[in-house]
Amino acid sequence: MEQATDTPLKKTPLNARHRALGAKMVPFAGWEMPVEYSGITAEHLAVRERAGLFDVSHMGQIEIAGSNALEAVQRISCNDASKLQIGQAQYSGLLTEQGTFVDDLLVYKLANQHYMLVVNASHIDKDFAHIVEGITPAGDAVAVNASSRYALIAVQGPRAIDVVQPLTGIDLASMKYYWFAHGEVAGVRATVSRTGYTGEDGFEIFVPPQMADKVWLALMQAGEPVGVIPCGLGARDTLRLEAAMSLHGNDIDESTTPVEAGLGWIVGWKKESFVGSDVLKRQKAEGTTRKLVGFEMIDRGIARHGYPIVSGAEQVGIVTSGTQTPYLKKAIGLGYVPTALSAAGTELEIDIRGRRLKARVVPTPFYKRTK
Amino acid sequence: MAYPAGFKYTKDHEWIELSGDRGKVGITDYAQAQLGDVVYLELPEVGSTVKAGESVGNIESVKAVSEIYAPVSGEVVEVNAALKEKPEAVNSDPHGSWMVVIKLSNPGEADQLLDVTQYSDLVK
Repeated sequence: MEQATDTPLKKTPLNARHRALGAKMVPFAGWEMPVEYSGITAEHLAVRERAGLFDVSHMGQIEIAGSNALEAVQRISCNDASKLQIGQAQYSGLLTEQGTFVDDLLVYKLANQHYMLVVNASHIDKDFAHIVEGITPAGDAVAVNASSRYALIAVQGPRAIDVVQPLTGIDLASMKYYWFAHGEVAGVRATVSRTGYTGEDGFEIFVPPQMADKVWLALMQAGEPVGVIPCGLGARDTLRLEAAMSLHGNDIDESTTPVEAGLGWIVGWKKESFVGSDVLKRQKAEGTTRKLVGFEMIDRGIARHGYPIVSGAEQVGIVTSGTQTPYLKKAIGLGYVPTALSAAGTELEIDIRGRRLKARVVPTPFYKRTK
Repeated sequence: MAYPAGFKYTKDHEWIELSGDRGKVGITDYAQAQLGDVVYLELPEVGSTVKAGESVGNIESVKAVSEIYAPVSGEVVEVNAALKEKPEAVNSDPHGSWMVVIKLSNPGEADQLLDVTQYSDLVK
């Protein structure tokens, strides 16, 4: 992430806690964030096998309320928010008129006529401006940037429920994936949502910023028998990539659409028109010339964001994300390739700093948890 | 972790353990801590020649790729193939994990490198 050198970095309410825990801090999206504590591999494995704790307070929250709030959300969010019940969330996209991603987001239905959008930290201001402009024709609906009202802690992993349940009266076992509830966690008013960005079961806990450290400490303590450890952005990235979850700025951006990215399932095809819908409907009907695929390296080497994908004599695409994954212990990646080269099993080459190394298109996700 | 007194160091955080006209090259504890978990090493062919300050290979951690710079000019006479199979040793034993052996073409260059006191000050 590019960073103007003279802009002071923003700090989450847990900044001092991260430092006390010995985290390596880095600039990310205008924030000073922990990239790792004990090491990306150890943190990644903890989330796959036990549980990990993430500070994701840098994420943004934009609320939309008013008698036409649903119409407003339907205009600017590509998924179909009319399907949401109160207490339910959905993954969606905020699109340009060209159908490309301004950002990806989660839409929470807090109440009738009241929604909360959780957006990427780096795009809060851009998203807010885009939303305000996009909802104006909807009538009575107001957007509020509520980001400073929330700290957000993610507890992720197969044992996440054992970390959070002792601290809350909310019955977590009966909470379905992508649902949420209001209550208390460690005596603090909280919204707990069964969501995450790791490919594991887990919860995201919204709390008032001034109470974030109290909740963090309580979670660490409650999670001690389970072996919970704090995790940074490094593990968050490798975990989401194993689960083939898109990262905005890498795998999706203002040059790519949900259809190209294999995210047709977050498009409300039955909705009336919304921002970007004309392009998406055309792409769905006619097909796209390129697609986002997952690949695995055959030759030894690690593909990284921006490396060319090659077939025959020419560059045919580009790697959008790539790493050596700690759990699968494979070099994997995502990238855009021509549709003709997108079938699983297709062999491609990745230009890794001048060396062409073989890779194979594989089905995604690379990792899928056992239920 | 203490930096070995007998090694010479670069400002780019490589070390070289000289023995006659040859030197084993690796990266320092400071460098491995900055990189994080090392997962891959790209090392040169035996017989290739390198110049001081130029790349002699790449080291990849989970999150990024970094160049390994040759502390001295010369010929690569040995490559640590065993280390390529267990690159995580760079994290656990950085000063024992040599990557290449360079036969110095200009032994005087080694005098330009940092000694242990200078290097320890640099990373303080």
